Amino acid sequence: MNAPQTDTGSTAAAAPVGAAGEAPAPAAADGAMALTLRIWRQAGPEEPGAMTTYRISGISPDMSFLDMLDTLNEQLIAEGDEPVAFDHDCREGICGACGVVINGDAHGPQPTTTCQLHMRHFDDGDTIDVEPWRAAAFPVIRDLVVDRGSLDRIIGSGGYITAPTGSAPEAHATAVPKAAADDAFAHAECIGCGACVAACPNGAAMLFTAAKVVHLNVLPQGAPERESRVLDMVDAMDEEGFGGCTQVGACATACPKGIPFQSIADMNREYLRAVRKGGRG
Amino acid sequence: MQDTTTDPAATGYTLGEPLADTRAPEGPLAERWERRKFTAKLVNPANRRARTVIVVGTGLAGGAAGATLAEQGYHVVQFCYQDSPRRAHSIAAQGGINAAKNYRNDGDSVRRLFQDTVKGGDFRSRESNVHRLAEVSTQIIDQCVAQGVPFAREYGGLLDTRSFGGVQVSRTFYARGQTGQQLLLGAYQALSRQIAAGRVEMHERTEMLDLLVVDGRARGIVARDLVTGSIDTYLADAVVLATGGYGNVFHLSTNAKNSNATAIWRAHRRGALFANPCFTQIHPTCIPRAGDHQSKLTLMSESLRNDGRIWVPLAAGDHRPPQEIPEDERDYYLERAYPAFGNLVPRDIASRAAKNVCDEGRGVGPGGQGVYLDFTDAIERLGRTAVEQKYGNLFEMYERITDESPYETPMRIYPAIHYTMGGLWVDYDLQTTVPGLFAIGEANFSDHGANRLGASALMQGLADGYFILPSTLGDYLATLPRDLTPRNELGPDHPVVREVVGEVTNRLHALLVNPGDRSPESFQKQLGEVLWEHCGMARDAEGLRRALAEIPRLREEFWSRVRVPGSGEALNQSLEKAHRVSDYLELAELMCRDALHREESCGGHFRTESQTEGGEAERDDARFQYVAAWEFTGEGEPPVLHREELEFQDVLPSRRSYA
Repeated sequence: MNAPQTDTGSTAAAAPVGAAGEAPAPAAADGAMALTLRIWRQAGPEEPGAMTTYRISGISPDMSFLDMLDTLNEQLIAEGDEPVAFDHDCREGICGACGVVINGDAHGPQPTTTCQLHMRHFDDGDTIDVEPWRAAAFPVIRDLVVDRGSLDRIIGSGGYITAPTGSAPEAHATAVPKAAADDAFAHAECIGCGACVAACPNGAAMLFTAAKVVHLNVLPQGAPERESRVLDMVDAMDEEGFGGCTQVGACATACPKGIPFQSIADMNREYLRAVRKGGRG
Repeated sequence: MQDTTTDPAATGYTLGEPLADTRAPEGPLAERWERRKFTAKLVNPANRRARTVIVVGTGLAGGAAGATLAEQGYHVVQFCYQDSPRRAHSIAAQGGINAAKNYRNDGDSVRRLFQDTVKGGDFRSRESNVHRLAEVSTQIIDQCVAQGVPFAREYGGLLDTRSFGGVQVSRTFYARGQTGQQLLLGAYQALSRQIAAGRVEMHERTEMLDLLVVDGRARGIVARDLVTGSIDTYLADAVVLATGGYGNVFHLSTNAKNSNATAIWRAHRRGALFANPCFTQIHPTCIPRAGDHQSKLTLMSESLRNDGRIWVPLAAGDHRPPQEIPEDERDYYLERAYPAFGNLVPRDIASRAAKNVCDEGRGVGPGGQGVYLDFTDAIERLGRTAVEQKYGNLFEMYERITDESPYETPMRIYPAIHYTMGGLWVDYDLQTTVPGLFAIGEANFSDHGANRLGASALMQGLADGYFILPSTLGDYLATLPRDLTPRNELGPDHPVVREVVGEVTNRLHALLVNPGDRSPESFQKQLGEVLWEHCGMARDAEGLRRALAEIPRLREEFWSRVRVPGSGEALNQSLEKAHRVSDYLELAELMCRDALHREESCGGHFRTESQTEGGEAERDDARFQYVAAWEFTGEGEPPVLHREELEFQDVLPSRRSYA
């Protein structure tokens, strides 16, 4: 067995691998695919990382992308190598834990999460690049795993409605127009995966932050904290080291939940309104 | 009541002292919770800061509890294995949350929700607890609306509801097919506010590996920082486990991949009784497996049964595409057998019926392990737009996974492990048999009996977290003895701390240095196959005995052949997995033991030896109207069974009938 090739030239015992340019094994008769994977390996936050090449075969088109990585990892364990670390949990596209950059696209070629991306969207013989989210505010922990704690801190700065348990009025005391409720829901769908940040050339978290600002600010329950919410969340976003928005729109294209690009303009309007009203009110 | 359980010796356990719930107040059912709250001692607000409470888990129960306890002024130290508290698996619940609001004026009430839940649980839950759950349900909706949870609304701006499996009223509140997500984000946001305020000390990517019990009380946990591998001790005045269920013991389930049983199992080993471990729920509407590679199963919300019609071909071996099978050659078997409830029968009944038709060779799709869930009539009746509005995201999800559009071709569904009604035994205060250790949400056993109704898991998680635990925990803290070992004496040299940290370290070390050749995943898969076969949808004594012989062998093989690459001093997902699997290998044995001893069918526990002529579950109230609470006595040693007899004063046990 050959050692895998890495960009740094270092070696690690791994899956069956040939030279990077060599044609992969032909597909099996049952439609199974053979692929060349180039995966970012990084032993720890302070360690240097590198793309490492692996060969894998017998991949069914019905597998999810993560099933495929599981298959690779089982193979790596069998050969005594360390498996590729990646975040994942629900595997239903809702927890937001998973997310890698696939051939340069956050979550890959389909508008969905990595766990809901199926191998039928790839072809036998493909070479696939797999990298972690790349953003200043998302330091790499290991391999494809990054630290997204900055997103939690943005929520903690104002992404809530202050309603201590037990203090709530009867649910029907305030009617919420259906349009506002639907609008709130459309923004509340954000799963906090961070794909918007990874896709943004500036590493901005505008779409993420805007989704929460709009969700809460369109509801009557969110009105009392409307100004402080947007001001504090935007401040927190800047403090965490996220970049600024230059209206590229890559965030909304990458978003697996279809958070509308418009929400960024809505947040900017909320921000302006809050500033004009004289701040945190 | 007769004192005749199964023969303990032949079933591999010993019979211990009966167990009683000493915290349940007397008096009329509807007044008990008020009474308990009134008799509970209070902690002076000024003294709460000095009290530390550990909460493990950040799902609906844990997130709600952490936020609420911090609002009350306690110092909360909270843990989750995920990278963020927002990712707990409650987030994946789709269908909705029940509440007895009676906004529809359709005859609903607290009493009806209580009754439906006791009956749905097949008379294996406590009346007091269930009534309290039904009472609290209405407050949950108020709380969530105040937090900005975007529930579905009518054009008039009021909340919409729908009906759900096993009931005849419309009491389920929902947010499209993402109710769990929206409720969890509400709790997460409340929790985030407390984290930012410094009242909750949040430890993400940190997994509880053991419990510290000092002088008979839970005083802390030992946890591993999953990033650095550091094994640390955290001390507190009380410990709350909100770590969810153990469905992943089956390998393939609808649980998140990393959901696990370690926290509750380790607590069990430290003295907390484990109740009704064999009560597991199989959800009728999951996407069938596509192949061996599959790592988990995906649920399709049960709400689909409101408008979808379930059928299989009338004749076995009919492989025609569904569109080519004429109406009179289809068997809408639920509508046929249960005309009153039709496609809305409870989950256990719908699941078993699907298994039965597949066993008859009438299953559809690859391997014949599936039934149709057909929306053709609904689309004709309501129009495609209406169906899309209700179920659009579920249909998309189905299509993404299977490459088939439910608008064109009937969905294929098959039952899968989804929820575990069993869990740590708790009293009315949600306290386990270890003083100071509380269990909430799916981690406890308390409210669902032998079968949980749809849209009741979210209700219970939030009831426990927002309203019940915060009222009862104070009573424990207010009555703590003054001579408790102070926290500063529980350092690394304290004998209990040293022993538990040592055991955790040794266990992880043993996994890391084992010169094995098999992956942790391969063992979980093998164990899952044994359980699904012998302790799944239908169980019998012979199969359970076989499983009880196989599991210890597999456990032995695990410890001699498991291979865990990498080191313990860094992020090591193989090590995490291996440790969780090692606990499944112990828990699985207890599940089978419990299933073997319970020689009756009830709810999700179907013993083929105990069924009616019509093939329905046959309870044996004379022998088994009790909670089976198991005491750990050592690995591979016979556990001790403590029975908590159940009394029914308000809803008299009857055979469940959904015909």
